[in-house]
Amino acid sequence: MCGIAGRVNLTDGKEPISRDLLAKMVSAVRHRGPDEFGYYRDTYAGLAHARLSIIDLTTGQQPLSNEDQTIWIVYNGEIFNYVEIKKILQNQGHQFRTQSDTEVIVHAYEEWGYNCFEKFNGQWAIAIWDSVRRKLILCRDRVGVRPLYIRENNNQVWFASEIKSIFADSSVSREINPEGLDQTFTYWATIAPTSIFTGIEEIRPGSYVIFEFNKNREEHIYWRPSFPASRLTPAHQVNKMTLPEASELLEEKLMNATKLRMVRSDVPVGSYLSGGIDSSLIAWLGRKWKEGEFRTFSIRFADAEFDETEFQKKMASTLDSKHEEIIVRREDIANVFPDVIYHTERPVLRTAPAPLFMLSKLVHDAGFKAVLTGEGADEMLAGYDIFREAKIRRFLANNPNSQVRARLFERLYPYLARSPQKAKGMAIEFWKKGLKNIDSPTFSHEPRWETTSNLKKFFSEDIHNKINSSSQPDFLKYLPEDYNYWDPLAQAQYLEIFSLFSSYIISSQGDRMLMAHSVEGRFPFLDADVMEFCNSLPAEYKLIGLNEKNILKRIARGKVPEEIILRKKQPYRAPDAISFVSGKIPDYVDELFSERMIKSSGLFNLKTTQGLFSKCREIVNKSSNDYNFSNNDNMGFIGILSTQLLYFKYIYERKEEDSSLIKFTTVIDKLI
Amino acid sequence: MNEKEIREQIGKFISKTFLFDVEKKVDEKASLLNTGVIDSTGVLELISFIESNYNIKFADEDLVADNFDSIEKIASFIINRLNSKSI
Repeated sequence: MCGIAGRVNLTDGKEPISRDLLAKMVSAVRHRGPDEFGYYRDTYAGLAHARLSIIDLTTGQQPLSNEDQTIWIVYNGEIFNYVEIKKILQNQGHQFRTQSDTEVIVHAYEEWGYNCFEKFNGQWAIAIWDSVRRKLILCRDRVGVRPLYIRENNNQVWFASEIKSIFADSSVSREINPEGLDQTFTYWATIAPTSIFTGIEEIRPGSYVIFEFNKNREEHIYWRPSFPASRLTPAHQVNKMTLPEASELLEEKLMNATKLRMVRSDVPVGSYLSGGIDSSLIAWLGRKWKEGEFRTFSIRFADAEFDETEFQKKMASTLDSKHEEIIVRREDIANVFPDVIYHTERPVLRTAPAPLFMLSKLVHDAGFKAVLTGEGADEMLAGYDIFREAKIRRFLANNPNSQVRARLFERLYPYLARSPQKAKGMAIEFWKKGLKNIDSPTFSHEPRWETTSNLKKFFSEDIHNKINSSSQPDFLKYLPEDYNYWDPLAQAQYLEIFSLFSSYIISSQGDRMLMAHSVEGRFPFLDADVMEFCNSLPAEYKLIGLNEKNILKRIARGKVPEEIILRKKQPYRAPDAISFVSGKIPDYVDELFSERMIKSSGLFNLKTTQGLFSKCREIVNKSSNDYNFSNNDNMGFIGILSTQLLYFKYIYERKEEDSSLIKFTTVIDKLI
Repeated sequence: MNEKEIREQIGKFISKTFLFDVEKKVDEKASLLNTGVIDSTGVLELISFIESNYNIKFADEDLVADNFDSIEKIASFIINRLNSKSI
């Protein structure tokens, strides 16, 4: 796992990139790859690489080329089926000089061109420089596990794993993007291609972009989640498997996915244990492929509301693993939060990434570079409450005045201590809203997005003026053609994958928090084969009645302790606003909410923002638990704080990268 | 205390607590849920305020939209409850 960066000139008459700038760009992402540094440079292109050595420790350096050194690559990721692809390519006559998966990508591109990406099973951000055709090809994996950003300006394109690399070039302007703010305070995150900074774009998951000399860019989507057209043909007729058959097959695929992620590595792989069924099952499968000691890692919360220790320990003991934990207190979250946001490069509405930041440090300190995690199961197999909520709402829509139907809402959200169920009547009214929109393609997510949009009251007048309220994010503008024929659950899953999973869960909570401490996450549920199979399943194999992840529970039986399988869904969460206002308020929080800094960023309304800050402090003075912060109070507070932090770190302070920290050991420089 | 005063008090509480601006007025007839002034968890704050400020208790069956969803409805409910207590 690694960091990549570079810049390409797309016309003549431009200065080649300097070695110093390449060093600065790589320095910005050295946390992603602290082991080795390399660069390639010619008249038009500069590619740089920070390596976290995991496969082929001795000869897998990058940048790397094909046999005649005309095609160069820097990449961040793992292609888990590289062994199989390599065999095919060798049969076609390709010569390999390393044992790396990187080299396989270059030859695959030579052999199949842009069609090579569909053949990869893994996670990646790839930059290929075809020096003969003068083409830069950038590609991201199917769901955006690995990050990739670009800036296109004046016939030049910058690319990098993280925005901070692009900002290492002092000629690049920095400004908060009002559209990014608008998206954050609606969909919970900025969604590709939009980023929180004007002029910086995020490459969309499942796509590749071609920048060719003296031509306009081309973008292609090679993969999107796709579901059966059940409204035309019930999925049973398409996928004729019974539940037991499907369950057996999915187990096989998960086993294979986990095996690849355990054995395709030249360093040991450990596993996260959250205490939930997903990571428990993955750890169980992973254990099978580890001789000797198996290492597991967990987060414990001082706040009982969020803690899952009992279940983590139970699973660790079932696995007989060497188990390590980190204990997270509220003040820890406040302490690490500025660093967390430095790494997320996006505002967030929850503090949930912070404990994960601390956990990856534990893993790094234990000497580990890679871990398995259970991310993706809730999206692929319908684990979240939003799927159950949408189902109840549809059911209620058939008879909106039915008290009996409405009581189904009581089964939702038992984990929230401050459950809306305490005011059942009002909660039902809340969910009755929008029942008339039952045919809307975004029916499932409208309550969430509408509620979150109320946070826009915190925007400054300036931001309000700059937002185009009718603009839609990319993923809603271009829904797949057959979207209307999918069953409602599939539609909800599609929306969840784009709006929350790719944009927040696997990025801000996933890759960014792991890579902050040079740890690579490996996600069996995001295996290409596993995802395709899950998406082909009939809805009831995923959500039967209100019983979520039906098929997964079948697979887990006999492997994962029954009490974990039977647990009510507890999504991973951490104490939010309370982390900052109970006890002594950190100086940086006071400062970022001060009149001076609110006016400096110009993003938020002084009165309402400080009103929220006062309210949060007052709530704590009355009681010391989380209970009295409403959802919107929490999200507003964290959203404003994280945005102010981004403004402060990236715009107000503008720290310069230190190129002297980088000693390049792999150098291919045509200009020396 | 008359109904008008109660409406003003409730209005002020809502402006301060949910809009963070006492100057911002909420339409007394507007649905608080539909206009997004209060989210489903914010309802609890409102209930707590009313129970402590007017010394009344809500049973589960009281918590329906008819009693709650606008400043006007809330004030009307409170007045009825206070009047029935004094009988």
